[in-house]
Amino acid sequence: MALLSFERKYRVRGGTLIGGDLFDFWVGPFYVGFFGVTTAISALLGTALIFAAAVEGPTLNPWLISINPPSAEVGLGFAPLSEGGYWQVITACAVVAFCSWVGRQAEIARKLGMSYHVPIAFSVAVFAYVTLNVIRPVLMGAWANGFPYGIWTHLEWVSNVGYAFGNFHYNPVHMLAITFFFTNALALALHGGLVLSAVNPSGGTNVKSPEYEDTYFRDFIGYSVGTLGIHRVGLFLALNAGFWSAICIVISGTLYVGSWIEFWDFWKRIPIWS
Amino acid sequence: MATYQNIFTQVQVKAAPEMGVPHLDGSEGRLPFTGYSYWMGKIGQAQLGPIYLGWLGVISLAFGGMALFIIGMNFAAQVNWSPQAFMREFFWLSLDPPGPEYGFSPFVPLEKGGWFIMTGAFLTISVLCWWARTYYRAKALGMGMHIPWAFASAIWLFLVLGFIRPMLLGSWAEAVPYGIFSHLDWTNNFSLVYGNLFYNPFHALSIVFLYGSALLFAMHGATILALGRYGGEREIEQITDRGTAAERGALYWRWVMGFNASFESIHRWAWWFAVLVTLTGGIGILLTGTVVDNWYIWAQEHYYAPTGENYDVSDAVAGASGQGK
Repeated sequence: MALLSFERKYRVRGGTLIGGDLFDFWVGPFYVGFFGVTTAISALLGTALIFAAAVEGPTLNPWLISINPPSAEVGLGFAPLSEGGYWQVITACAVVAFCSWVGRQAEIARKLGMSYHVPIAFSVAVFAYVTLNVIRPVLMGAWANGFPYGIWTHLEWVSNVGYAFGNFHYNPVHMLAITFFFTNALALALHGGLVLSAVNPSGGTNVKSPEYEDTYFRDFIGYSVGTLGIHRVGLFLALNAGFWSAICIVISGTLYVGSWIEFWDFWKRIPIWS
Repeated sequence: MATYQNIFTQVQVKAAPEMGVPHLDGSEGRLPFTGYSYWMGKIGQAQLGPIYLGWLGVISLAFGGMALFIIGMNFAAQVNWSPQAFMREFFWLSLDPPGPEYGFSPFVPLEKGGWFIMTGAFLTISVLCWWARTYYRAKALGMGMHIPWAFASAIWLFLVLGFIRPMLLGSWAEAVPYGIFSHLDWTNNFSLVYGNLFYNPFHALSIVFLYGSALLFAMHGATILALGRYGGEREIEQITDRGTAAERGALYWRWVMGFNASFESIHRWAWWFAVLVTLTGGIGILLTGTVVDNWYIWAQEHYYAPTGENYDVSDAVAGASGQGK
């Protein structure tokens, strides 16, 4: 695997968190490290189990393959492999793989003398996954509350769990999470568009400096958050989207049972205007 | 061990406000309303303003304000002009489109949905003027047209929802109402009426790009902040004259996942993901009820809807509604 033209001088020893120099090497473009080994083992095992479970299932149509959690009777116990056990082991593999990936990101950040924003950010995504398939099932008392591993069946799960609470759009934290997702997409379009429009100017003119970016946004909306600030804003929006998504489902069926439509009755009972 | 993680700006320099680079064309002057916010300076730039209004901005704000005003007055009329009732009922109030008996006629009595059509017309004028503003502001500075094109993608979804699809179906009643809960109810019912929107492949694509946008902005924002000590936020300089920030950023992702963007190409990924959210979303909405009446049946016909033997939802539903173990 060819190195990038400037890569060799960055490929130096050190910066590992665990394992000293033992796993301090690269395979092709990938850095390995201790966490690379744990990632590889857990990811390969989990993927192999997905194939094994799929072969045992009723269909090999990729759209329809679904590896389902155990039934509600199992509670939080262990299920036989073909009755949800695959799902349990695959979930464990996934948690190990995702956490290893965070560790890998941290080690690579150390090797390159970078700060830890990326592993911190990715741990929010891991938190969202763990919330859905570990924390909430534990709080609810049954692994059956996890979502199935299937391209369309996990959407079926989202749909049905949503309607089990009347109308999930009325969940205030769901509203918050969606608002963050939409705002994130807006900010991403504006940031991507602004940088591209500065370095790909119209009419064969020169590349524009950041002063032009600031001027465009001040002309546009009266404020420019700046080249550093936009990345803080973007990271904030993206992480909040993931975080509140996790919160909006973990409170459903645990803190709040019933219809989210009726949740809003409190508003009409506020004494000022009731 | 404690290292600075570049979350807040620690030192702020306060100087006379930057008034911006000169316009290339005969744009109107900037209004010298400037301010300074110490707390905004913690995250981004502290400078507020100056303001560029221009005639497009005036028209856009005027029509947008009128649309909001019509909605607000309709809400107020619905609660008999009582401020308490307005607050109490606010989330439930709605300015609804005309009933199906009016078809797609532009001439509907005001209280039967005429206000809704007028609001939509005013909002559309406002949005299109704002689009022209994105275009002319870029042109006045000699910049590329990436933001106008991206905004056009959002306007596409807006027009599909409120105008194009109702026109194709010949009924204003198909349009989205103006109200907090009413637009959520519309979304919910739209999915139920057309056999579960989750099975609409364009809806699925739109969600993929929406979530992908969050993923990309988290990755990109975090990478740039993590490169703070190398000046990673100076993206234009790093694009035109690659420095150690761009090299480390590229190698970071190459070593993590075996693939990397460049400082320029990450912004193309970003732009396309964000643009495709509304582009594919609009296609999905437009096909619904016009080309496809029931997405679940459509999915079954195309071999991708699950059957009971693939996934039994009863456990999920029983658990979620508090009836599980």
